[in-house]
Amino acid sequence: MTGMELFGTWIAALLTLCLMSFLYKDNPLFRFAEALFAGVSLGYYIGITMDQTLRPNLFEPLRDSGLTLETGHLLFAGLVGLNLYTRYVPKIAWFARSSLAIYVGYYVGINMVQKLQGEVLPQAAATMVDLTGGGSPTDALNALVVFIGVLTVLIYFFFSVEHKGVFGKASRVGIWFLMLGFGAAFGYTVMGRISLLIGRINFLVIQWIGGTLQALGIGG
Amino acid sequence: MEYFDSSRLNALVLLVLFCVFVLAFIQRARSGGNLFIRRIAGLNAIEEAVGRATELGKKVLYVPGIMSIDENQTIASLAVLSHVAGLTARYGAELDVPNKDPLTFASARETVKEAYLHAGRPDLYSDTMVHYVTYDQFAYTAAVSGTMVREKPAANFLIGSFYAESLLLAETGQASGAIQIAGTAEVAQLPFFVCACDYTLIGEELYAAGAYLSREPAMLGSIKGQDWTKAAVALVIVLGAIFESIHIFPGLKSWIGIN
Repeated sequence: MTGMELFGTWIAALLTLCLMSFLYKDNPLFRFAEALFAGVSLGYYIGITMDQTLRPNLFEPLRDSGLTLETGHLLFAGLVGLNLYTRYVPKIAWFARSSLAIYVGYYVGINMVQKLQGEVLPQAAATMVDLTGGGSPTDALNALVVFIGVLTVLIYFFFSVEHKGVFGKASRVGIWFLMLGFGAAFGYTVMGRISLLIGRINFLVIQWIGGTLQALGIGG
Repeated sequence: MEYFDSSRLNALVLLVLFCVFVLAFIQRARSGGNLFIRRIAGLNAIEEAVGRATELGKKVLYVPGIMSIDENQTIASLAVLSHVAGLTARYGAELDVPNKDPLTFASARETVKEAYLHAGRPDLYSDTMVHYVTYDQFAYTAAVSGTMVREKPAANFLIGSFYAESLLLAETGQASGAIQIAGTAEVAQLPFFVCACDYTLIGEELYAAGAYLSREPAMLGSIKGQDWTKAAVALVIVLGAIFESIHIFPGLKSWIGIN
């Protein structure tokens, strides 16, 4: 590890400890790391947007090809973006809303078809199962659980009817299915978080402490 | 060049059905028809949460998720924000809306400004209520967590699209003693909100929230239209399962599942 790398590791390790100090309570070290993290990340993302989004996708095509039919849409998109800044001119501030309206309208249209094609229809098809299980009792049970689960959860998300009587009981079963699913997802995600923590502790022990000791010529 | 992709006919049929239902119910709502929507517990608690913040003289923190306004959950969240801002304007409670995404920030600011105007209290509105933090997910989380711990808002709203920061925010808010109302359609994050918040809008309840709160005919009509589409899909599922079980019309399942 070079001197500069070790310096970087020390900075990362100290900032990690500053942020972890939040586990005890809010303190000036945490506040310092928090403010530094927010400020540096904001500056970094401005740079990234300029360098990786605006420059290759807007500035360079317009500079290289000029204003043609092929690049006209880029200029339109750029103007829609610039239009957002009209909010700082009180007299025409309302005009900024048109950019937001274009953006929202465009994506609502795209999302609607994507959700239907990518989520609703595949889920519906996957629920059309052979409830006899093809003669296998375990497959039949599995099919029945999927079938009842999807239908009762759909009933839970039906807003037009009061959840009373048979409908209420079915929606109750639906919420049980949801909670079972949430429990499984909770356990799975917590395991993932523990592995992230292990990764960070590995960094502190191996790279920071181990690297420092190695640089000082202590240990292997 | 082909202009019609027949493999997507299934999506077109469902889309047309959906639009017909939605338009029909919007028309019915506009002509004065009474459209019932069942009670959603988390939404009824909003007024209680804002009232509590007002009584305690503490702020209301509203986190509109971390995604942009191309995400449907963010749009739904802005509808709830409009209602919450209307209440804080009426009660004179302090509102704080930190943002991660620049476009969500711009939209949230417009939403809050309009809500204060609509409530007849433009004098209470300030641009600093809706502010930008940073684009980095965890830097944003650290900043919002810091606000929760230092300023101890009485009510936290975590409504919109959330990812890994959901538990960090919900847990910090819970430890700070705030009443918390959350809502998201991110399946992997819902368990955390269910565990750490007082009320959680689960999945589609979030999308229904805007209509439920505003009672606006167009929005109520669209919820009714969605319900009828769900009923139609459920019916097709039941028919499909019966056909699969008695081995007739195998084409239905494969046609529905073309992707």
